[in-house]
Amino acid sequence: MSVQDVNSTVVALNGEEETGGQKPLQSLLEGAGRFLSRYGLLIGFLLLWHVASIQRWVNPSVFPPLDDIAAAFWRGMTQGSLLADLGISLQRSGIAFVAAVAVAVPLGLFMGQIRAVERALDPILQLFRQTSALALYPVFILLLGLGELSKVFVIFWATIFPLLLSTIGGVKEVDPKLVEMARVYGASRLQVFRRVVLPGALPSIFVGLRLSATMALLMLIASEMIGANQGLGFQVMNAQFNFQIPLMFSAIFLLAALGLAANYTIVLLQRRLCRWSNAPV
Amino acid sequence: MTAAALSANGSSPASTRGEVSIRDLSKSFRIAGRDFPVIRNLNVAIGAGESLVIVGASGSGKTTLLRILAGLETADAGDVRVSGRQVSGVGAERAMIFQEPRLLPWVNVLGNVAFGLELRQGARKVPRREAEAQARHYLSLVGLTDFADAFPRQLSGGMAQRVGIARALAVQPEILLLDEPFGALDAMTRITMQNELTRIWHEEQVTMVLVTHDLEEAVYLADRVLVLPKEKHRAPRLLDIDLPRPRDRSSPAFTRYREALLQEFGLH
Repeated sequence: MSVQDVNSTVVALNGEEETGGQKPLQSLLEGAGRFLSRYGLLIGFLLLWHVASIQRWVNPSVFPPLDDIAAAFWRGMTQGSLLADLGISLQRSGIAFVAAVAVAVPLGLFMGQIRAVERALDPILQLFRQTSALALYPVFILLLGLGELSKVFVIFWATIFPLLLSTIGGVKEVDPKLVEMARVYGASRLQVFRRVVLPGALPSIFVGLRLSATMALLMLIASEMIGANQGLGFQVMNAQFNFQIPLMFSAIFLLAALGLAANYTIVLLQRRLCRWSNAPV
Repeated sequence: MTAAALSANGSSPASTRGEVSIRDLSKSFRIAGRDFPVIRNLNVAIGAGESLVIVGASGSGKTTLLRILAGLETADAGDVRVSGRQVSGVGAERAMIFQEPRLLPWVNVLGNVAFGLELRQGARKVPRREAEAQARHYLSLVGLTDFADAFPRQLSGGMAQRVGIARALAVQPEILLLDEPFGALDAMTRITMQNELTRIWHEEQVTMVLVTHDLEEAVYLADRVLVLPKEKHRAPRLLDIDLPRPRDRSSPAFTRYREALLQEFGLH
């Protein structure tokens, strides 16, 4: 059953309840019902926050009402430095992420196929992976200075491993029977790679991309909190330090939105490229 | 029923397309430091367009023989020729059909059938449109024209295996190698597929070497049955199936052949 089928079943069920309603009104109600079932809890949470703040169930200076946050967000974007912070944060995590993809995917495809390379590199990779990138950040600062390079590098360092390991795993999980089949039909090494190994490993690569994107944002914030004078992570710390709590939450929400957007982009790309693996029958 | 003695292969340098000659073939596997012979001094000649079915208990070397013909295994000794050319490594002129369909899950049915053709490079390269047309032809031969755009996971086991057969035929091989192709299918689908395969084999006039452990399947499909014994001191035997086609599974003659095969395994 496809997603569409599922939706149409939901529509049909709602339709039964609304037999008396007119058609446009009915479809409007159905749409509202679908929206509420998906986002109702989220809206409820935000509402609770707002009311709790106004009614002083919680300390409003720690949990300001949402309109204060919205106002601070608008001011921050138009007059303050929030837009510039967003730009520099995007630049840092973006460069690091692209560099990690450019290194990890080809290296992972190579390592997954050639056992000797994987055997030789695996122990040192495991050591690097288990060493927290944050623990190494002071080392990177010593080596690369306190500027952009050390921040980009620490994000890159943390981002590369989930993607590399997922890619290697994806290549190793490719069905050897399919590889044998391709060989029987006279496929060259390159053809086996292009027609069998790469498409077979793609779903795992996408899992790695999502893990890495999450990791990139996590390390971005951490590195900006430690040694930066701009960026969203810096803004969160700085606003808190100056007790500009609405501004602090603006930066936090912006970071959350960034993570959602990154994840959603990758999922969309995955749906396009791996339709065969996750599309329902 | 008399099992024919192995025909000694006369050396004919001018071999025709689809002829197979296996001479003095030996193969053993090394397991835990010991050599286990699976094939010892095998001699078989298969005529062009013939259907040879290999039966034998597990460990008799029937699948190994097929993999040597495909070029997936190398023989320890002996000479294997298809269409007069010595077999060394895999080659698209020897198409193999496996027990599992082994379809690429990310390619639709038509793309899977065209797979072998699309791999051809250099002088033998087939234009995309031509490969597709040929794939469509073989897809219709296995009765799946309407499923060209479907993906493998949407197919039943029998349909998927048909796609595998169409993929093998699409490269227009000199010889079709089938390794227990219907072993994973239910009994009814298996009978349908055996009928289909007979029809296709008849239409394409391709040499067919099929491995099975289903003796009824052997009698139904074979011109000759090669019986590989598990005890290596016993010689392999060849049994002619002298029945008109299409064959009637319930006829007395059919049953007698089946019993003769059972006897070969000491099961009767």
